[in-house]
Amino acid sequence: MEYVISVLLSGISVGGQYALIAIGYTLVYGILRLINFAHGDVFMVAGLLGIYLTAVLPIPVSLPLVIVFTVLLGFTIERAAYRPLREAPRMSVMISAIGVSYLLQNTATYVTGGQPMTYPTIPFLSDTVNVAGTQTKWVVIITPILVLILVTILSMLINGTKIGMAMRAVSKDFETSRLMGIKINLVISVTFIIGSALAAVGSNLFFTNYPAITPMAGAMPGLKAFVAAVFGGIGSIPGAVLGAFLIGICETIIKGLPSSWDVSVFSDAFTFALLIVILVFKPQGLFGEAAADKV
Amino acid sequence: MTEKKNYRPTILLIAGLLIFVIILENIRSVFPWLPQIFDPMSPLFTVLKKAAVYSLVAVSMNLLNGFTGLFSLGQAGFMLLGAYTYAILTVPSELKDQVYYLFGGCAFQFSIVDFFKGIFGAGGAGGAFSMVLGCIIALILAGTVAGFFAFLIGFPVLRLKSDYLVIATLGFAEILRAFFQWQRLGPITNGANMIKGFPTFSSFNITDGSGRTILQLSTFIPFLVTTICIAIIVLLINSSYGRAFKSIRDDEIASEAMGIRLFSHKMLSFVISSFFAGVGGGLFAMYVANAQAKAFTSTMTYELLLIVVIGGIGSVSGSVIATFLYVACSEWWLRFLDSEQYIGGFKVPLLRNGFRMVVFSVVIMIIVLFFSKGIMGNREINIAALLDRKKTGKDKAKK
Amino acid sequence: MKKIISVMLAGMMAFGLMACGSAGGAGGDTIKIGVFEPSTGDSASGGKKEILGMQYANSETPTVEAGGKTYKVELVYADNGSSADKAPSAASELVGKNVALVLGSYGSGVSMAGGPKFDEAGLAAIGVTCTNPNVTAGNDYYFRICFLDNFQADVLANFAMEKFGAKKAYCLGENGNEYDQGLVAFFTQVFEAAGGEVISDSFPTNNSDFTSYLNKAKSENADVIFTPVSIAYAKQIMEQAASLNIDIPFLGSDTLDDNMVLEATKDTNLRLYVSTFYQEGGSDTFDKGIKDYINNNSDALTANGGNDTISAVTAMGYDAYYVALEAIKAAGSGDKGAIKGAIPGVTWNGVSGSIAFDSQGDAVRDTAYIKTADTATGTWAFEKVQTGSAK
Repeated sequence: MEYVISVLLSGISVGGQYALIAIGYTLVYGILRLINFAHGDVFMVAGLLGIYLTAVLPIPVSLPLVIVFTVLLGFTIERAAYRPLREAPRMSVMISAIGVSYLLQNTATYVTGGQPMTYPTIPFLSDTVNVAGTQTKWVVIITPILVLILVTILSMLINGTKIGMAMRAVSKDFETSRLMGIKINLVISVTFIIGSALAAVGSNLFFTNYPAITPMAGAMPGLKAFVAAVFGGIGSIPGAVLGAFLIGICETIIKGLPSSWDVSVFSDAFTFALLIVILVFKPQGLFGEAAADKV
Repeated sequence: MTEKKNYRPTILLIAGLLIFVIILENIRSVFPWLPQIFDPMSPLFTVLKKAAVYSLVAVSMNLLNGFTGLFSLGQAGFMLLGAYTYAILTVPSELKDQVYYLFGGCAFQFSIVDFFKGIFGAGGAGGAFSMVLGCIIALILAGTVAGFFAFLIGFPVLRLKSDYLVIATLGFAEILRAFFQWQRLGPITNGANMIKGFPTFSSFNITDGSGRTILQLSTFIPFLVTTICIAIIVLLINSSYGRAFKSIRDDEIASEAMGIRLFSHKMLSFVISSFFAGVGGGLFAMYVANAQAKAFTSTMTYELLLIVVIGGIGSVSGSVIATFLYVACSEWWLRFLDSEQYIGGFKVPLLRNGFRMVVFSVVIMIIVLFFSKGIMGNREINIAALLDRKKTGKDKAKK
Repeated sequence: MKKIISVMLAGMMAFGLMACGSAGGAGGDTIKIGVFEPSTGDSASGGKKEILGMQYANSETPTVEAGGKTYKVELVYADNGSSADKAPSAASELVGKNVALVLGSYGSGVSMAGGPKFDEAGLAAIGVTCTNPNVTAGNDYYFRICFLDNFQADVLANFAMEKFGAKKAYCLGENGNEYDQGLVAFFTQVFEAAGGEVISDSFPTNNSDFTSYLNKAKSENADVIFTPVSIAYAKQIMEQAASLNIDIPFLGSDTLDDNMVLEATKDTNLRLYVSTFYQEGGSDTFDKGIKDYINNNSDALTANGGNDTISAVTAMGYDAYYVALEAIKAAGSGDKGAIKGAIPGVTWNGVSGSIAFDSQGDAVRDTAYIKTADTATGTWAFEKVQTGSAK
């Protein structure tokens, strides 16, 4: 029983961290129809920023600064690498995204020297707590709660503000909303800002839990978060969050299955197999709108 | 375009190029005073070999991405299939126990090369002939296995469009990798361990009785195989199938209305592209002299994609040129960026390990952003036209 | 704009070409030793420490006398990027630079990928800490000065049974990593032959959540956890084990003998035992010398992870350098063929023990050091010298 709880706990916390990345994917995809391959690496860079900033500044100052810098990074990437290609074929933008991802990974390798970096311990979040007989970190408990709070705020923003309305309009129909006088570039910038900010929060939670950062640390969580976004129905925020939790839990359950079955190596492969199955049978995902041109 | 193409100059030029490669790698044994760079072990030849292998895979990727408009990132997965097929089939039987030492030998004792040695004799010319024949058949089978898997997964994934196809093929490659690394399959795939001991490019060097090399062919072989494969791809592109592929790329709905069966053409392109990626995988195994699933990551696919983009999506000659440039830069020319350099006692700042890749990715970003057509766009080098131009002095290229 | 950029690009290319052109061409009084090590990628941390040992040895003895002539020894580096894909070109870079012999690498996979290049070029390579049996098997030109994985696994299995009376072991390795899987397989053989029970799991590459595995080990009531993984994963595992408060002893292979792993165990209740090639205190002069070297050189300090704890791989790199010098002396020149012929006969009494080669080209070694992480002080404490099962 203790074991089952511990597996579920880590599943929920992994899922929560994926959720924060998945929102960034789903927002950007909803608006630009772009798989932002660099998003996972932005997440990794946010982790590295956390390390370098907490080394020189006290934590209450450095953590907000991490968010600010990550937002700046996301904003700059969009400005420099995606905006010039707005009129280009969709594939060029995706290639550009792969290029940015490559650049971020290589720069991180250069700066860190390719060594794994240790994420600082954050008071309270890193402390251990006992849940139903299993030891865990506070961050594991906090993550799902924080995700729910952030998603609620985000939903309010999207459903209740003018910019939110613009975002919804743009994701429905890019061209028409431009004709209606919506400042497309502003909307896209805001999308990237929100996505990056959430990625920064996600990186804080993720790396507090798994404190070693390598330049490749963002790639896998990034891809999985994307799968989560597709699973939940691309463009749908509650869908992405639910998808992320489901994938996180499935993954840890697979890892936790008896060793004699020897299937734990397929925890990543499972995610991708799930993706292919969903795309084939229910391409609009759990909550996505059925649209003819999407898949 | 309607005029009949004159292939003769192209064929002559390529034949000339192949002969040039043989001369290049043997020239130092005739003139030992030539600089180190002509030594068959120098980086020049490593780069040439790797680039020859990569250019085949890049062209096969271009067939799919550039000519059919199907954006797939499964290349590494198909290369993996090819590499393992080639390796498993050609490891000599007597080496299998040593290679598969963790699993008490291979479940698959058959070795194609040994099979032919049984027919043609193991020593001298018979042995050489069996090895060459065995390798050729193994490479074809490598492609076939990759093509077959492409056929299987093509049914579900080819119904997906653009980015979804991208992510599904990427995921497929990851699943394959996990399977090939699974210890349970160890007796066949050797689990995490690499398969080695099979014939590599160097095995094609002709040696005399005492084992001294008399004719280097280790760079020529990848060039030859790649040239043949690319020629087949080019013929395909210029055929009616190729025109159908291009029309699918340009407008699916219109081409369907013109009577092109979308799915079967997409499948054909996907299977053929994967076939050659599989052959490329087999060649890659020969290049690195081992087959190990760890090498075939999504990073490899990204690299190939960037090569295709740099060369120009939809240009075979562009892909080939870009491969040689890319491989030479990343493996050789830009390596100096990774170590400290002094120019006249002044230490150049920033240069240290990893800087090469940073510069490299910046260059790639610049190309993607400012030269989105790549080196060649979707044009090809037309050798016949070039020669013609020289002869008559007419500026044909201008029209 | 485009023109400017293309001119810049072309300029860079040209500069690159020039730089290659100018490389190479050393004087007749220099012997070059190639260093085939990863300084990027996931084994970079280990590779850098191994290089450190060689650099220190080189600073200590920068010349060698061979055939009545004194040569200056120059280290030439090639980064194999911890990846089997980059290794062949790094290997041929060394071949192209006319080195007399090669030292390295840390990590067996890259050694096996680069090995054929050295074999083809007739260039001898001395493996420093590549422990996989297949590195030297089938390659006449690869030698090594470290023990092999089957020996190491044997040592650890015996240690687990002697020290903890272990009956049940949980093994965790990276999927697709021949080092991890090889050790787990050998460990399983020995442990099961002695009547123990082994449960093993593999995690996918780039995995970061190990809590499920650790909880599994706990719920299965394993007596020991064997984790022969690379440094980055080992660090993750230790940190997560600390937060889960796992009190089962951990056994690690030579890769875990690293400052980063040690740091992760500091101020925790973890019990970590690693088998390794060298234990600080083995040679006082070496210890003192290398510590001074590290502390007086900021690059070396960074490479060593910011402190002066001596990694076993550093000692091995140091010994490898001296074995190379012995081989050059025995060959009487910097000729690569003569050096290859001389290596099998070389013996050297190094800081990590005496080194001699068997017919396969492997070092004859019958002991390994077991050390344990002292979690209070954050240092390694010597546990015992362990031999394998009687053969």
